Amino acid sequence: MKQSVKFHLNGRSASVDVDDEAMPLLYALRDDFGLRGPRFGCGLGQCGACTVHLDGRAVRSCQTPVKLVAGRQVTTLEGLGTAEKPHPIQEAFVVEQAAQCGYCINGMIMQAADLLQRHPRPSDAQIKAALAGNLCRCGTHLRILRAVKRAAGEIA
Amino acid sequence: MSINVMTRRAALQAGGMMVVAFSLGGSAKANAAALAAKPESLDEVDSFLAIDGKGAVTLYSGKVDLGTGVRTALAQIVAEELDVPFQAIAVVQGDTALTPDQGITYGSLSIQVGGMQIRQACATARKALLEQAAQRLSVPVTQLSITSGIVQSQSGTQVSYADLVGGKAFSLKVDKTAPTKPPSAYTVVGKPIPRVDIPAKVTGEFTYAQDFRLPGMLYGRPVRPAAIGATLLGVDESSIQHIPGIVKVVREGNFLGVVAETEWAAIRAARALKTRWSAWDGLPNERDLWSYVRSTKVAKDDVTSNVGNVPSALAAAHRTFKATYDFPIHTHGSIGPSAAVAAFENGTLTVWTAAQSTHALRHQLAAMLGMDASSVRCIYVAGSGCYGRNGHEDAAADAALLARAVGRPVRVQWMRWDEHGWDPKGPPTLVDLEAGVDARGNVVAWHGEFFIPMGAGAPVWLLPAQLAGKPAKIDLEPGNIIPDSALPYDFPNMYTVCHRLATTPLRPSWIRTPGRMQNTFANESFLDEIVAAVDADPLEFRLAHLKDPRGTELLHRVAKLARWETHEKGSRGKGKILRGRGLSYVHYELVRTYVAAVADVTVNRTTGKVRVERVAIAHDCGQIINPDGLRNQIEGNVVQMTSRTLLEEVKFSRSRVTSLDWASYPILRFPDVPEVTIDLIDRPTEPPWGAGEPTGAVIPGAISNAIFDATGVRLRSVPFTPKKMKAALASA
Repeated sequence: MKQSVKFHLNGRSASVDVDDEAMPLLYALRDDFGLRGPRFGCGLGQCGACTVHLDGRAVRSCQTPVKLVAGRQVTTLEGLGTAEKPHPIQEAFVVEQAAQCGYCINGMIMQAADLLQRHPRPSDAQIKAALAGNLCRCGTHLRILRAVKRAAGEIA
Repeated sequence: MSINVMTRRAALQAGGMMVVAFSLGGSAKANAAALAAKPESLDEVDSFLAIDGKGAVTLYSGKVDLGTGVRTALAQIVAEELDVPFQAIAVVQGDTALTPDQGITYGSLSIQVGGMQIRQACATARKALLEQAAQRLSVPVTQLSITSGIVQSQSGTQVSYADLVGGKAFSLKVDKTAPTKPPSAYTVVGKPIPRVDIPAKVTGEFTYAQDFRLPGMLYGRPVRPAAIGATLLGVDESSIQHIPGIVKVVREGNFLGVVAETEWAAIRAARALKTRWSAWDGLPNERDLWSYVRSTKVAKDDVTSNVGNVPSALAAAHRTFKATYDFPIHTHGSIGPSAAVAAFENGTLTVWTAAQSTHALRHQLAAMLGMDASSVRCIYVAGSGCYGRNGHEDAAADAALLARAVGRPVRVQWMRWDEHGWDPKGPPTLVDLEAGVDARGNVVAWHGEFFIPMGAGAPVWLLPAQLAGKPAKIDLEPGNIIPDSALPYDFPNMYTVCHRLATTPLRPSWIRTPGRMQNTFANESFLDEIVAAVDADPLEFRLAHLKDPRGTELLHRVAKLARWETHEKGSRGKGKILRGRGLSYVHYELVRTYVAAVADVTVNRTTGKVRVERVAIAHDCGQIINPDGLRNQIEGNVVQMTSRTLLEEVKFSRSRVTSLDWASYPILRFPDVPEVTIDLIDRPTEPPWGAGEPTGAVIPGAISNAIFDATGVRLRSVPFTPKKMKAALASA
């Protein structure tokens, strides 16, 4: 028996029919809406690759049952900006060339955007602490750190 | 079903090989042949290059971008050598129907080998274009210049590449003597051109292998054995009947998988499916790993250096040293688990995945499926970084077996436990070292024995083929792991031998910096033991034993960068935080890239935690194609290898891998990432060497040496966990 879950996705109303309301939001975003920003990394809430914003706060979409987002605002990387019209954080990642394979970058940007909303001028330690739950295997950390500081206006 | 991919014919049209009424060389017969098929051999210009009617250039590259930025770097080489705008170049990578087979993308060879093949193809094309333009404009070649794909005479007449060859074949053999551009004239190579892939990667517009979809496709998940060598005794399909959307449970021998209409259904089914497997406990006891390795049958010995007479020099030495080093089993640790899509159509199989060699995969899949290789096409789609041969090839085989069973395209993405549990592993490395010094503290003898699996870098067998009992070549292929077992130093008596073991506990493959990382760790750490024992300075000692001027210049550069103070010792006091620094050097495989590192560490005496605070790197890989891309690779190597050195070790029971997530196999996190400073030595007139791996080789030794400098305690067993550090401090 399919259930319909209605929510707001990147500023537009969205609806998805699911036969298991415990299905993580991640699969609705990727498979039903065809989004590519949030990515499957571990399915365990350990790596951060699937991070999206739920009512403006960063959450792990692989650990968020889809029924939990009913009526709420979900924002993905696509909702921040596009290659033509990037969000300042996305722009900062390009300027700093802060990606290698780039698979983790969705989570880095979404987590950093959450941080910058609460702390517009974070210290290095605050950025590192905020991103401590986001894993990067290519070792792009130093560039990501610079990109977040650039987005915060701490380096120009 | 209709699969929207570029066909060979469409590619030829798009790439400019459609109408071959005229060509720059070769006969009408050759032109007709060029119509039939785009060449793939390494000696044809058309294998690498096409210029269309508008002057747009397509590079067909067998080397693929694994996240390292080579797509951008290779395009820079083309733009430079052809004198076309960088933006005019499109890159097709790793498509068995379109690109030449340039070998597996590994070993830091994409620029050094692949890029130079491409450069020479471009130089050949450029020479031919100039000659053709000379005819067309009736002026000698010497009076022509090229700007942005337009050939111009001194009098101002001009003809474009598009006019000369647009939409046509070159029909030329790559001319190894065609002159390449002098580096002094470079305007694109050597510049930090931003990577072409990054804007799409930060906006979600990039299509990873993990994103690739086909219309009408189904979702598959493998269900792996409960133990590595277990036999499947039974499957209870009723156990997943309650899950909507199940299409099929596919079983072939010990290969088992589920296919469903939705991804979530496939995931649920793979977890819920009740299975019975036979018991199997063929792995060694984890605690006895090193005695197991030491007692494993030796298949052959590879002597990697033999200078002078080590036994007599050791016997005559003033003082001798002996130590054993080990480096455990590691996983690649890709953040995105391996993924592939397979589709059968009219008896042909097409597979999209992030394999390091689609050409090799094509033959492996064909063998597994009993198909002709010409009926299999593999197309590279960039994935999450792989750092060696991880699981994409196996996921491709999973997808192919499942797609064939259900008659529809199937997408497979491994779960985290599949990736951690079943990707092939970097094998365990055990090293015995012995050395002797004379009365003045000079090394007079060096003896190294490396216990490492046999095999080299041929394609790693496909796990699904093995499980399904299909044809698969079950040979150990850990990569070329013997280099840098021999030393870069000029000692009078040296003997190093690699005992190539007939077996190793888990399916091996190459992980980034294979062998060189482990071997350099042992050699550079042991050297540091000797340096400390004879109260020499690590920098001066290396310089005294190094005759290679590029090596000595590199060491001077890293010393300057790190403000190395000779004979300055780290803190060995009773304080809680001890500080030290260590030096390490590698001449990669003794024939190419040079790297030196100085690592600064702190050791918390109470907790045993080692923190790498800073790493200074001097790097000489000859001609630099893209300095920012190079820095990105070096930084990444430092961070990944710091992680490997401090934290990583695959855990296993007698039956299977047990470190199946990021909690049981932790990697370095933001708060523990070191600062990195880099001195790039650019040598534009030298050949460009690889840079994807070499920096990794110096990191474990630099950290080990820094820990000794800080504590007076030598750690010889990676990873340097707090537990090991505390135990070593307590027993010191």
